[in-house]
Amino acid sequence: MTDALLSVKNLYKHFDISGGLLDQISFSAGRLHRRRTLVKAVNNISFDLQAGETFSVVGESGCGKSTLGRTIMGLYPPNAGEIHYSGNRIDNLDHKRLLPYRKKMQMVFQDPYASLNPRKTIRQALEAPLRYHNPNLSNSEVKDRIDEVMIQVGSDPQWISRMPHEFSGGQRQRISIARALVVDPDFIVADEPISALDVSIQAQILNLMMDLQQQRNLAYLFVAHDLSVVEHLSDRVGVMYLGSMCELSEAGILFENPRHPYTQALMSAIPKLEGGPSEHIRLKGEVPTPINLPSGCVFHGRCPYANARCTAENPQLLSLEDGRQVACHGVEEGRF
Amino acid sequence: MNRLDKFRQSFLWYSFKRDKVAIACLLVLLILVLTAIFAPLIAPYNPYDPEMIDIMNSEIPPAWEAEGGTEFLLGTDSQGRDMLSTMIYGMRISIIIGLGAVALQAVLGVLIGLFAGYHGGRLDAFFMRAADVQLSFSYLMVAIFMSAILQAVVGVAKFGEIAIPFLVLVIGLSQWPQYARTVRASVLAERKKEYVEAARVAGFTSSRIILDQIFPNTLSPILVLSTIQVANAVMSEAALSFLGLGMPIDRPSLGSLINSGFELIFSGAWWITALPGLLLVILVLSINMLGDFLRDVFNPKLYKG
Repeated sequence: MTDALLSVKNLYKHFDISGGLLDQISFSAGRLHRRRTLVKAVNNISFDLQAGETFSVVGESGCGKSTLGRTIMGLYPPNAGEIHYSGNRIDNLDHKRLLPYRKKMQMVFQDPYASLNPRKTIRQALEAPLRYHNPNLSNSEVKDRIDEVMIQVGSDPQWISRMPHEFSGGQRQRISIARALVVDPDFIVADEPISALDVSIQAQILNLMMDLQQQRNLAYLFVAHDLSVVEHLSDRVGVMYLGSMCELSEAGILFENPRHPYTQALMSAIPKLEGGPSEHIRLKGEVPTPINLPSGCVFHGRCPYANARCTAENPQLLSLEDGRQVACHGVEEGRF
Repeated sequence: MNRLDKFRQSFLWYSFKRDKVAIACLLVLLILVLTAIFAPLIAPYNPYDPEMIDIMNSEIPPAWEAEGGTEFLLGTDSQGRDMLSTMIYGMRISIIIGLGAVALQAVLGVLIGLFAGYHGGRLDAFFMRAADVQLSFSYLMVAIFMSAILQAVVGVAKFGEIAIPFLVLVIGLSQWPQYARTVRASVLAERKKEYVEAARVAGFTSSRIILDQIFPNTLSPILVLSTIQVANAVMSEAALSFLGLGMPIDRPSLGSLINSGFELIFSGAWWITALPGLLLVILVLSINMLGDFLRDVFNPKLYKG
């Protein structure tokens, strides 16, 4: 597994939301306590990503999939764990030493209306990162690169002197993709890049991203909650629940035959056009808060197959014979 | 040319053309500022030149009064200076101090607000508590202390020479929290937006993100605040000078002129106090009304319809 482009090992990201010192102090049982409130957004996530591969992370809102993407990009410092990029550890680098990797790793954001600076023209938005990472480029080289990228994302290079507010959401998302591509990355984190777009535009942007992947041999970490989209474009899929990875597999295998009870429930929620009565698995209860994670398996409170071991022991990802990894005691023991 | 065209198509220009009050205020303000800038050309006398002042001409009423003459259109003060010229020169000093103080406030406050808002944590807590402390003092009290100390140290005669930078410093330092708070509030809203994260992903340094990416998005509240702060600074200067802590009587600002006539107001020489007071009101009012106009344009939600 050393030839992986990106390798994430036992990554943890917790957010401290306890506020100021005065908010943290509480008085109980005759003593002062300092209590910190941590949101455990990402817990013990490990995976590898090969060059040119699309790895999708799916899960419901608040399961930590966006946090995972942002932590990998270095927008949040991880609390524990390691991130390796083409064999080099990058999560502990300072700003200067991280710069060469910034060129290689880029990000496309969810909201095309917020991800472009409203006071900057498209030219400024595209030129700034390019010149910052390549200070030796001449003006004509910069212009050529920007024209090339604009054409690649299906935009007219003549638009670059306009402001972001003159564009529609789909056009802005193309420009955001162009901004990511202009520094010539190998790896792009796409944080729900289509969920803010109109359905017809979603397809355009997805096809654009898949075309670009072929042209440039890009690797994607695709964060999404739209399962049909994920099935369409992913090579491999990781399913997250409450900050933990429950199942990780090749897309075809996963969608054909989900093994983890949560994945099964998630897949059964995909609307189907044909077939008889709905086989929708209804989970009982609510998603627990990531502030007080359940003991043992994070899913045990809602799992129809949970037993005493599930409430006590945290399951690890186990590799099955078909190559997938599942974190479930029930699957390990062959209970269902 | 391109920029001018853009401005002509902007909502600012569109609203301005339709707002008669704003047009009138801008006209008045322009006339006043131009008069102040070209004071040596416009004013009939030079109030700083002792040779042009004759004590025998003191307390002549304005031209429309029975005892007034056309020689001194707005009358003279107790030392025989032409009121019109003295007021024009005084307004010049008031505007210089107002703009200088606001420039100092803005530079300090905007920088502190930007960096405190973006970095948060201890830096933010330190500067915001400092701002709270600063605002809990009356600037008048600070100014009284400082000018009393300064006058004692350098002497009253010397104090007159350094009065302008001193007033700029006192008013500028006392009002920076206004800017810091306004800018910080904008930064807190902006820094969560994805374009800031995109800039971080691009690897820009935090100073570059703050100054190049976030700062342009905080400009409209800064512009609105600046107009109001200029008016405030002019008034603060007038208040300090009126209390005798500001400009000396041989180089009067509007405030010290009002003060100098105050002793004579019951002896009938009302114009020495009333005319500079009127000018001050017109100056401050026109700036404030323009500030209101800008606020309405930049924040249409507030518009009263």
